[in-house]
Amino acid sequence: MMTLKVNGQENHIDADPDTPLLYVLRDDLKLNAAKFGCGLGQCGSCTVIVDGKAVLSCVTPLVLLEGKQVTTLEGLGTVSAPAPIQRAFMEEQAAQCGYCIAGMMMRAQALLLRNPKPTDAQIRAELQPNLCRCGTHMRILRAVHRAARLMDTADASANERSGQ
Amino acid sequence: MAGMARSPRIIAGIVAVALAAGAAAAFAIVWQPAIAAIEPPPPASFDPAVVKRGRELAALGNCSSCHTVRGGQDFAGGVPVPTPFGVVFSSNITPDPETGIGRWSEEAFGRAMSSGVNREGQHLYPTFPYDHFTNVTDEDDRALYAFLMTRPPVDAVARPNELVFPLDQRPIIAGWKLLFLRRETFQPDPAKSAEWNRGAYLVDGLAHCGACHTPRNALGAERVSAQFAGGEADNWHAYALNDRAHAPVPWNTESLYAYLRNGWHPDHGTARGPMAEVVSNLSTVPDTDVRAIAIYMTDVSGAAKPERDRSAVLAQAESAPAQGDPTGAAIYVAACASCHESGRPLPYGGVNLALSTAVTSPDPRNLANLILAGVPAVAGERSPIMPGFADSMTDAQVTSLLNYLRTRFSKEQPWTDVEKTVADARRTQTALLQTSIGPRNVPADPSQRDQP
Repeated sequence: MMTLKVNGQENHIDADPDTPLLYVLRDDLKLNAAKFGCGLGQCGSCTVIVDGKAVLSCVTPLVLLEGKQVTTLEGLGTVSAPAPIQRAFMEEQAAQCGYCIAGMMMRAQALLLRNPKPTDAQIRAELQPNLCRCGTHMRILRAVHRAARLMDTADASANERSGQ
Repeated sequence: MAGMARSPRIIAGIVAVALAAGAAAAFAIVWQPAIAAIEPPPPASFDPAVVKRGRELAALGNCSSCHTVRGGQDFAGGVPVPTPFGVVFSSNITPDPETGIGRWSEEAFGRAMSSGVNREGQHLYPTFPYDHFTNVTDEDDRALYAFLMTRPPVDAVARPNELVFPLDQRPIIAGWKLLFLRRETFQPDPAKSAEWNRGAYLVDGLAHCGACHTPRNALGAERVSAQFAGGEADNWHAYALNDRAHAPVPWNTESLYAYLRNGWHPDHGTARGPMAEVVSNLSTVPDTDVRAIAIYMTDVSGAAKPERDRSAVLAQAESAPAQGDPTGAAIYVAACASCHESGRPLPYGGVNLALSTAVTSPDPRNLANLILAGVPAVAGERSPIMPGFADSMTDAQVTSLLNYLRTRFSKEQPWTDVEKTVADARRTQTALLQTSIGPRNVPADPSQRDQP
């Protein structure tokens, strides 16, 4: 039994320490945004954020997660109140089949946390581990730039509200 | 009294003569004349066949590894080369007349290759491996010159070196040369085959394999008595290639040839770090040269021991009881085994770690680098890939994993100072990942093959 912190909530998980995080998220916690693609850490569809960094949940066993914070797409926003990254992907219609998109958004979110104004080249380099077979890459690129602008204005309006 | 007075004078005289002679000798060693500047020769003045040969030679010599900043312009220099004495920055070897070698004559280029002296007559630091390039024939120097002088000129001023005093004084290099530079050139061994001799010429000369794979002494010279005993390359360990090599399955000519051609071999694993660049460069040179290198190097490493073939190594690993660091074991089972014990051969599955020299090597750095940075895909090539774990494992977790792998997959002594190795590896690999756009192992550009 271990405690796993996901999207700000503590969960008691009864699983072997070598269980991949992805299985726990989907099977035990019913958080189905992260997808099983290859199971080998080679496609990126299972990407989630752990302590601010993009991590491949299919090759990340529970034993690595003691005391760490896991964030999944469900933790960023909801259908009625999407996070900037989710809004941006919707507004750019960046999904076709959509299977890779949750992973794309999580890796892009990790990039934007670290670098609020990434260049095209930086986005391309960062998203390299995430594969999309539909070919929506140009829309994904635009969506990440749009998310950067949305986050910027969200920060600005938040600052205005708080009088800064 | 007169005699008494004379003898100090005689001694003084002898000392003065000796000093003068010494100074003259030192001057003769230190002072090198400038070679007259020329107008940059027009590219059309070079024979395309010679230029093409020069391209292959430059790939064999791995020139771009040190003279091209990743993502930067070809051969424009500026790559920092860390040494125990400070950082040396590589020079611009494009034919730019002001900042490159555009005003160098063929004679000046040949002198730099064989004696480590630039056109102006200054000594060059031996980070430029002229201790190997003395073996390069004049004909090959001419082809290299033709290749470099037909590249696009790039205006890029060399960054000043960051060396400690007094090593920042170039005349000192003359003393180093006196101690360590052997000026005799390569002599073929008539008792050996033409291929062996070709391999020896390349390995000890232009390809300068020993520059990384031979350990260096306190003054930064290769230790002649320990040739190919394993050395340093850019925060990676360059494995021993002599009879003390640690490969669980000994190399043979076929496996080494395939490894140098493809960058991986199912009995050994994947070329990483600086060796990935070497393989990438070698992919543009003729098969015959790569085979010659493999023939010579397997002779250097000695005959294969029959009891250590692939199946014997794997059977032994199977029979050994799983043990070692329990955290490391759990990480291995969940994060590594799905590829490394999949039974799929390279490049589609990971190498069985019982076959990995990274695990049996006395230096854990390469394994630490690999676990943190992974193996990025090479665009357009059938190549092994592995995710990096820098963002999902703490230093302590990587340390546990390294300790487990060492116990589980080798019969060697445990590594010491693993935690520090991991912290260092994280620092250097992070710097590497953040300063490079695109993977380190840039694929060979097939459209450039056979081009002048």
